[in-house]
Amino acid sequence: MDRPALRLIAALLGLLGAASLVWMFQGLGGGNRAFILQLRGTKLAGLVVVGAATGIATVLFQTAAANRVLTPSIMGFDALYVLLQTGLVAALGVAGFAALPAAPTFLAEVAAMSLLAAGLFGTLLGQGARDIPRMILTGVILGVMFRALSGFLARVMDPNAFATVQAASIASFGSLDAALLPAAGAIAGLCTGAALWMAPRLDLLALGREVAIPLGLRFDRVMLATLGLVGMLVAVSTALVGPVAFFGLLVAGLAHGLAPSARHAVLLPAAGLIGAAILVVGQTLFERLMGQTATLSVVVEFAGGLFFLFLLLKGRVR
Amino acid sequence: MIRITGVSHRIGSAAILHDIDLTLPRGKLIALIGPNGAGKSTLLRLVARLEPLQQGRIEVDGLDLAATPTERLALAMAVMGQQTHIASRLRVAELVGFGRWPHHRGRPGAADRAAVEAALEAFGLAPLRHRFLDEISGGQAQRAHLAMTFAQGTDWLLLDEPLNNLDMAHSRALMARLADLVRGSGRSVVTVVHEVNYAAAWADHVVAMKNGRVVAQGPAEAVLTEPVLSALYDTPVEVARHDDRPLVLHHHWHDQLGTPFPEAPDAARPTVH
Amino acid sequence: MTARPLVAGLVLALLVLASLGLGAARIGPDAAAGEGWTALVLMESRLPRTLAVLLTGAALAVAGVVIQSLVRNRFVGPDTAGTGESAALGLLAVTLLAPGAPIWVKMVVASLSAMAGTALFLQIVRRLPVREVMLVPIAGLVLSGIIGAVVTWVAWQADLLQFVGTWLMSGEFSGVIAGRYELLWVAGAAAGLAWFAADRFAILSLGDEVATGLGLSTRGVMRLGMVVVSVVSAMVVTTVGMIPFVGLVVPNIVARIMGDNLRASIPVVAAGGAGLLLACDLLGRIVRHPYEIPVGTILGVVGSGIFLWLLYRPPAHG
Repeated sequence: MDRPALRLIAALLGLLGAASLVWMFQGLGGGNRAFILQLRGTKLAGLVVVGAATGIATVLFQTAAANRVLTPSIMGFDALYVLLQTGLVAALGVAGFAALPAAPTFLAEVAAMSLLAAGLFGTLLGQGARDIPRMILTGVILGVMFRALSGFLARVMDPNAFATVQAASIASFGSLDAALLPAAGAIAGLCTGAALWMAPRLDLLALGREVAIPLGLRFDRVMLATLGLVGMLVAVSTALVGPVAFFGLLVAGLAHGLAPSARHAVLLPAAGLIGAAILVVGQTLFERLMGQTATLSVVVEFAGGLFFLFLLLKGRVR
Repeated sequence: MIRITGVSHRIGSAAILHDIDLTLPRGKLIALIGPNGAGKSTLLRLVARLEPLQQGRIEVDGLDLAATPTERLALAMAVMGQQTHIASRLRVAELVGFGRWPHHRGRPGAADRAAVEAALEAFGLAPLRHRFLDEISGGQAQRAHLAMTFAQGTDWLLLDEPLNNLDMAHSRALMARLADLVRGSGRSVVTVVHEVNYAAAWADHVVAMKNGRVVAQGPAEAVLTEPVLSALYDTPVEVARHDDRPLVLHHHWHDQLGTPFPEAPDAARPTVH
Repeated sequence: MTARPLVAGLVLALLVLASLGLGAARIGPDAAAGEGWTALVLMESRLPRTLAVLLTGAALAVAGVVIQSLVRNRFVGPDTAGTGESAALGLLAVTLLAPGAPIWVKMVVASLSAMAGTALFLQIVRRLPVREVMLVPIAGLVLSGIIGAVVTWVAWQADLLQFVGTWLMSGEFSGVIAGRYELLWVAGAAAGLAWFAADRFAILSLGDEVATGLGLSTRGVMRLGMVVVSVVSAMVVTTVGMIPFVGLVVPNIVARIMGDNLRASIPVVAAGGAGLLLACDLLGRIVRHPYEIPVGTILGVVGSGIFLWLLYRPPAHG
């Protein structure tokens, strides 16, 4: 890694560290310190995992799709995860699902998600190589379909429970699922490690099929592996906080803009740190200064959505 | 040499290539010519393993395309497709560096760095080495791409219509560079050429294709003749000589006004974005 | 060829009969002549509901034709242009600022707001690269998402989420009784206006140059089209909620069968929209009888399926 890249990573690490300290120790009264610190620590870990997973997943997906305006959730990844979950509940019944051990079930879901993502979106990207906008639209519509199917299944299961599915369709950084955190963190860490190990191949993947194959890259295999990683990372963040649509776009856009090079060895850590830093800084601001626990998700989504339109209007479609 | 035996290819219901048998000699600048929809690009892409081989067999220097790992093939041939402007925020030197990937697979050594330097030098890219690809002109980007394939250090170099979007001076410079690669470094170059006179001026060996078949092949002098070309393009041409090479002339025959457009099977042409 | 309209009419009539007969209470064919309770159910609930579905389906499908000719793109509908969400935003604003305003004022404000949203969408579309056909629907979907997020957030801040929920959630007709659906007649009237101006829209869809060359004021036609789309969307959203895909897929299917001569095709489009929506509404009533699944959810599944088919079907010629 060259000097400017190291400087960027160090600056981001510093920002994240400072924000984390503020988050942990700001306004810590005399009361039950140990309890409060544990509570805050759990939440901090969750924010970091979700931010990093979203950022890295988006960069990986944009590389696989050779496109800078897409995020996994615009293409329906998170809807697929919600559908998977709803399908499982539908098959086992609410009570049967609740009886399953949480962590192994989650691991199985993540594994299934990576296979589904690689299979479905691998086919889509393979076919879409010649017509990228149509591929995007297909993904968007598949997302709509998955969401509607989830809603349908939920209604058929329990006609009176409108709220369950609706509630699960908006992200909430304020209340994350702490029980899944250790497993989720481990998976996110492993995926990040794998992505960094693949970084040189990802650099080639980003050059596109026509360039990468003559250079001897096993293109389809690397593509499937990348999509599998994206599936797992999206599953992690969706399980923890719910679907996040445009936030990743903002993170990946910032990473590409700030990083001095398009090498993934720099891009991936930068994106992970930027994602984590935005969430920690944002949650500190909104929760501590303004006393609004749930506003952050709306704000980052809104900013991400505007950024998306900005990219479209600038004609940056690939 | 590249040996193509019994290769046929279909895209959907359209037959693009019919039972092609062709041998391309080493150490020559080889031009693939022919009208729109002849199957030139498809044949080149099949050799480059960018399209799956449906029927037949292709060997590159004795390596069977279907049985050889793609990493090994990358040491035997380099490819430059039609899309040469890579929309990525990479520096010129970084792109050229990717040409060494087949040799080092992620861990470049001193020899790789030397090869990149040589390629940058050979293509006059040294002053541009730190520029980003999205900051340079289309012609410069193409040159960077070509330097990357050069750095790959393979015996074979395949190019798909490299003269697209280049003006006269750049086209001439590119063909001269390819001829240099053949005569200077002993490489073998196969290129699809749309404008027949670039083949006439620079190629050693010419393969003429039409409607998915090879209709003529051999030394440039033997293929670029009036009867072959008139039949190939369905339009009368005259072959003159200039600088001791063939020069193909089309006449402005005004008595031909009202001639219908040739039946070019455009619909059968694979669309490559 | 001549049998087609007859068959279509027969199918629609059967659907209407089924809709009148189906519900929690059992009603026989003699109910209309009957006395008391069954007649009451028929006149107060079943008939209004059936009429509401027919009007909504027809109006949305026609609005789809109109917006597709305004943006010259077959892959958009009134539900993917930010129109419905803008109407909800306007209604929310007037509810907050002038809670006591009469209903017609609220509807006018909702329509004007929908018009502003549609105008924004048209502005965005104008600035997109002309050849990127698929970007238009993507931009529309994202714009809808952003405005929807704003509505959700404002409503959440003002504690009106439940109030807003009925507009933004999957539309359904289970709440329709006499006295609660009559605004939909306004939507029907707007669709009728579109038929009246059908030739203008057909010419507009050929391009500004052609329209101007034929002496048509493109701005005037654009404005008329925006009025139609906005009024239809505003009435539908505020009465029954979001109904996806009807305005998108029906015009496509009709154009595929009988071409783009709008004067001839708009009545067919209207009938098709009414039929599709009624069929989906019936399906929603049957699947989990006696409970109901919202027609919006059913259409999310059925409509996205049809849309994907449209996206990947072979070209219409040959």
